[in-house]
Amino acid sequence: MSLTSDHVKRVGRLAQLGLTDAEITETLTQLNSILSLVDQMQQIDTKGVVPLAHPLELKQILRADAVTEMDQREKFQNTSPQADAGLYLVPRVVE
Amino acid sequence: MYEAVIGLEVHVQLSTASKIFSGSSTAFGAEPNTQASLIDLGMPGVLPVPNAKAFEMAIKFGLAIDAKIEQESIFDRKNYFYPDLPKGYQISQFEKPIVGPGRVTITLDDGNTKTINVTRAHLEEDAGKSIHDVFDGMTGIDLNRAGTPLLEIVSEPELHSAREAVAYLKVIHSIVRYLDISDGNMAEGSMRCDCNVSVRPEGSELLGTRTEIKNVNSFRFVEKAIDTEIHRQIEILEDGGRVVQETRLYDPDKDETRPMRSKEEANDYRYFPDPDLLPVFIDDSFIETCRIKLPELPDARKARYIAEYGITDYDASVLVADRDLADYFAEVANMSGEGKLAANWVMGSVLAELNQANLAIAEFPVSSRQLSDLLGRIKDDTLNSKTAKTVFEALITGDGEVDTIIEEQGLVQMTDTGAIEAVVDEVISENSHEVANYRAASSDKRSKMLGFFVGQVMKKSQGKANPQAVNQILASKLT
Repeated sequence: MSLTSDHVKRVGRLAQLGLTDAEITETLTQLNSILSLVDQMQQIDTKGVVPLAHPLELKQILRADAVTEMDQREKFQNTSPQADAGLYLVPRVVE
Repeated sequence: MYEAVIGLEVHVQLSTASKIFSGSSTAFGAEPNTQASLIDLGMPGVLPVPNAKAFEMAIKFGLAIDAKIEQESIFDRKNYFYPDLPKGYQISQFEKPIVGPGRVTITLDDGNTKTINVTRAHLEEDAGKSIHDVFDGMTGIDLNRAGTPLLEIVSEPELHSAREAVAYLKVIHSIVRYLDISDGNMAEGSMRCDCNVSVRPEGSELLGTRTEIKNVNSFRFVEKAIDTEIHRQIEILEDGGRVVQETRLYDPDKDETRPMRSKEEANDYRYFPDPDLLPVFIDDSFIETCRIKLPELPDARKARYIAEYGITDYDASVLVADRDLADYFAEVANMSGEGKLAANWVMGSVLAELNQANLAIAEFPVSSRQLSDLLGRIKDDTLNSKTAKTVFEALITGDGEVDTIIEEQGLVQMTDTGAIEAVVDEVISENSHEVANYRAASSDKRSKMLGFFVGQVMKKSQGKANPQAVNQILASKLT
């Protein structure tokens, strides 16, 4: 499978990336070379192999339901570009 | 004729103490961002660790709807951009949810029941809140809610009217409350509902194009939003048009749905397994621990109430729908030994008062013991239905205990025949005209006319005369 520049534009839009035409061409080449590797992997017979959700064959540990975090708002908001009345401020989003 | 096809996605906020992937508190109403840790803020280098209690709650729900509990479940990333989702993805479960297919039974308006299949229920994290209208040109973000555990319950598209959809939603609400895994408060957003609606010509097997109404936040609005959307779609089809697949919002003020302006393309969420989280394996002993903790569920309680208290199927359905109300009724019935009378009072006066004052039963000023005392005084003929109502109202305003109120307001029922006879004689002598009319009337008309005299006697006795005795004495004195 190989991608077209339309695919790249669409993926770029979904990822909120503003790609120039030159970047689209470059990205297209790079992605297609990755996909050719994927094509190669597709040749392998995986019949009967259970899909792997994680490369580590371990089980997730669950934690007990306990409140362990303190309020560190002031510290966190010191590193944020803008905050007011305890809220993080971002450029207005219109719904 | 058209048939509506409806499926619901219900989001239930689970009432854990801490968040699903961090140790931040989930308490409601805290100052903005004081319950948002590095993990909730999506800072680089942090690692989410799932909350065991969230799994326990999800499994209890699964067991309650007779669902398959999946031994292996996997967390995925659902990718979209919005400022109240700092990571740029929501951790959810896509291909392998914790709860597989199950079913619930709903009761229709005609009293028949219907089984609705639940496709799945999965765990995910809630997003933060955006505040749009306070800051000039800026949006404020509060991430206290970010990371609150949600159980998303997805039904099969097997509901065919707004009434059925509401009946289903009420069953889910009732189960969630019985299990005590959420406060289920729709007004505060702890339970939210997305409605998928399509219509098709009756008899057709093909599904029509559906729209999704997002975030409806009350039972009444779910019913109205679905009805409005069904009519809108039928009108489009009747006019030869086509329904567009889109996300819509319901506006209760205008009673209409309209398309959400943004992000049609954003519906491509590019799910993939979250590399930060390993597969979760639930063993049988964990499931059994959850099963042991299951309380008696609504259907079982309903059957028990019918058998123990001799109340009707309908009465039992109404009473068990709300766990707290069911408990209240059972306390009154047990203390007074009067199942049927307790059911009548709880479903009548108590529910009417709760609805009118917009109170939950837990906030109701009349305790189960007080209502039980009141029923006791009705049973021993101290009170008739009218004076009982007076005492009930005094209990609501907090005027003291039942016997004190009866004494202070002089409400003891007049059962002494001699005293009632004296009042009857007075009424007869004061209304000679009506008495003559009564005596001249044919017997079939008399029973109707007797009501006037009963009313007069009750008035004169300030409602205290025993109505049966009044009827008897009047009938014999008037002939």
